[in-house]
Amino acid sequence: MSTQAQSLSPRAVTWARRRRAMARAWRDYRTQRSGMVGLVLLGLIVVLAVAAPLLIDASALSVTQATGGRMEPPSAEFWLGTDETGRSVLALTLWGTRLSLVIGLTATVAAILVGTLVGITSGHVGGWYGWIALRVSDWFMVLPSLVVAIALLAVLGRSVATTVTVIAIVSWSGTARLVRAQTLTVQARPYLERARALGAGHWHQMTRHILPNVLPLVLASATLLVPSAILMESSLAWLGLGDPNVVSWGSILNRASNNGAVSAHAWWYLLPPGLAILVVVAAFMMCGRALEAVFNPRLRGEAP
Amino acid sequence: MTAHRPSADGSPDRDPSAEQAPAAGTRTAPTGRVTTGFGRYLLKHVSGAAVSLLLVLFSSFFIFRLIAGDPIDQLTRERPVTPEQREAMRAELGLDQPMWNQFLDYITGTLTGDLGTSLQFRRPISELVLERLPATLLLAGTGVVLAVLLGFWIGTRAGWKQGSRFDRAHVTTGLLLYSAPTFWLGMIAILVFARYLGLFPVNGMRSPSTPDEFLPQALDIGHHLVLPVLTYTAVVYAGYLMVMRSSILDEVGADYLTTARAKGLRDDAVRRRHAVPNALLPTITLVFLAIGGIVNGAIVTETVFSWPGLGSLFVSSIFYPDRPMLQALFVLFSSSTIVAVLGAEILYWFIDPRIRKS
Repeated sequence: MSTQAQSLSPRAVTWARRRRAMARAWRDYRTQRSGMVGLVLLGLIVVLAVAAPLLIDASALSVTQATGGRMEPPSAEFWLGTDETGRSVLALTLWGTRLSLVIGLTATVAAILVGTLVGITSGHVGGWYGWIALRVSDWFMVLPSLVVAIALLAVLGRSVATTVTVIAIVSWSGTARLVRAQTLTVQARPYLERARALGAGHWHQMTRHILPNVLPLVLASATLLVPSAILMESSLAWLGLGDPNVVSWGSILNRASNNGAVSAHAWWYLLPPGLAILVVVAAFMMCGRALEAVFNPRLRGEAP
Repeated sequence: MTAHRPSADGSPDRDPSAEQAPAAGTRTAPTGRVTTGFGRYLLKHVSGAAVSLLLVLFSSFFIFRLIAGDPIDQLTRERPVTPEQREAMRAELGLDQPMWNQFLDYITGTLTGDLGTSLQFRRPISELVLERLPATLLLAGTGVVLAVLLGFWIGTRAGWKQGSRFDRAHVTTGLLLYSAPTFWLGMIAILVFARYLGLFPVNGMRSPSTPDEFLPQALDIGHHLVLPVLTYTAVVYAGYLMVMRSSILDEVGADYLTTARAKGLRDDAVRRRHAVPNALLPTITLVFLAIGGIVNGAIVTETVFSWPGLGSLFVSSIFYPDRPMLQALFVLFSSSTIVAVLGAEILYWFIDPRIRKS
């Protein structure tokens, strides 16, 4: 009796179903080689970012305590050479991982929150609000993101917070459109009609029925948004619009170009931060594409 | 017509009105219908674009006049000025007017082509923009054409033979190039091809020593163009490749391709004459929607290579800071993408018959 009552509890049934769905998704994900490669790479990068203080002391980033010469090529002491102030490029790149990841992830979370909120509400509520929300997100989608980001940063000032805000502002619209489209599809299904007939309010419909259905899509789109946020951050920092007090991959390359690293043939100064960006972005893209293939059956089996 | 439920019984497309129209009307009737249809379609999209353009003007005013703070503080940062001088400057720039008047002045000025005066060059912005425009068009135009051709060609072949070695190699290459930041790729290109190998100039668009005749000048510009265009193409083409590839993948299993093969067409002909035209439609939409990316790429590429176009002008205005120039270029870049998307929508009317039907 009691076991039967337990198994009939709606919450338990729901969660059992969700666990099964997640297990199935994970099984599908595991079959995609590039997705697994991306996941392993990301794991390694996150470990390196978290463990950075254990590997190299933060004092290695200080210009005044630098021990090397000006743009020295790689040696036993400095594996990846030094920058124009004599700091180790290896230390800079390793510490840069933290900021680049933090900015990329925070901006993505902010963009995804806004995009999901606007997408679900505009798809569910519709009417004037839905129309205006659609027009505004279309508008943001068409505008060249870097131009908007530069304009905003030029007037807002340079800091980590403004960088995150600006990247979120230019990247929420894609998610909003995607979520809106999915909301409209879910909306047309009979079980929502049933929920409405049973007296479900808008809040209940949106959080209990629509949200769980759009979440997988949101997850895949978030994974593909992180790499573009990281690329955007590095472009802005390279242009000199990053926070001047912190080290990110883009800001390392900004100093490299300002101090003539290219004409000095200082390849050790240019390669590590750029390759780091490339590896992280590619890893996120591989994971995102694999997730997309898991949640979007049309693409299944397409992974390279 | 929307209430009509097509293919519920598995029968092909049943649009009764579409079938009856040619029979019922005279020759002029369907033509008339099409024109009003196009008129309405055009009106809808043109008015949408007009609203978007107004939003751009409005937001540029908001960003550069309201949240940016007093431009006089910026302009007089390094020198002492008396309050009278400040007032004179305010009057000169029209800042003593009420905000609403400033906004109207700004809108009318922009619409009549008066974009203000650049602070760093002390010249009218519209003049500077016209001077720099050809360089940007040359770089971005060449780059986009190359990227589209390369991306579509490789994407088609990769999608057609999904999972083949060609497919995997190109998807991986494309993914890696897509993951590389444009500016870094440019710096590496300069380091390898200009610094180490000395094959191409390091930056700029012309060498001062080139004779002032057409052919040497063109060759010189072409020589300077190679590295920026390659960098630009390398980053942009991967997106087109992926879109075209997945679009072809959608078509690969379609029945009409089996029919075409059954007719005895060679694989090559099936791909080129049957699959590609259908796969192109969704691709073209996505390519036009990604026009903002073309502007982004141009800004970064021009800055890396000191290419004398609008993008490097924009970046150099950030640090002066040349607010009027930033504002003008913000409006110009944003509105050019809006106009390009509008152009794509109009073009779509002619290339996609489904739009005309709905």
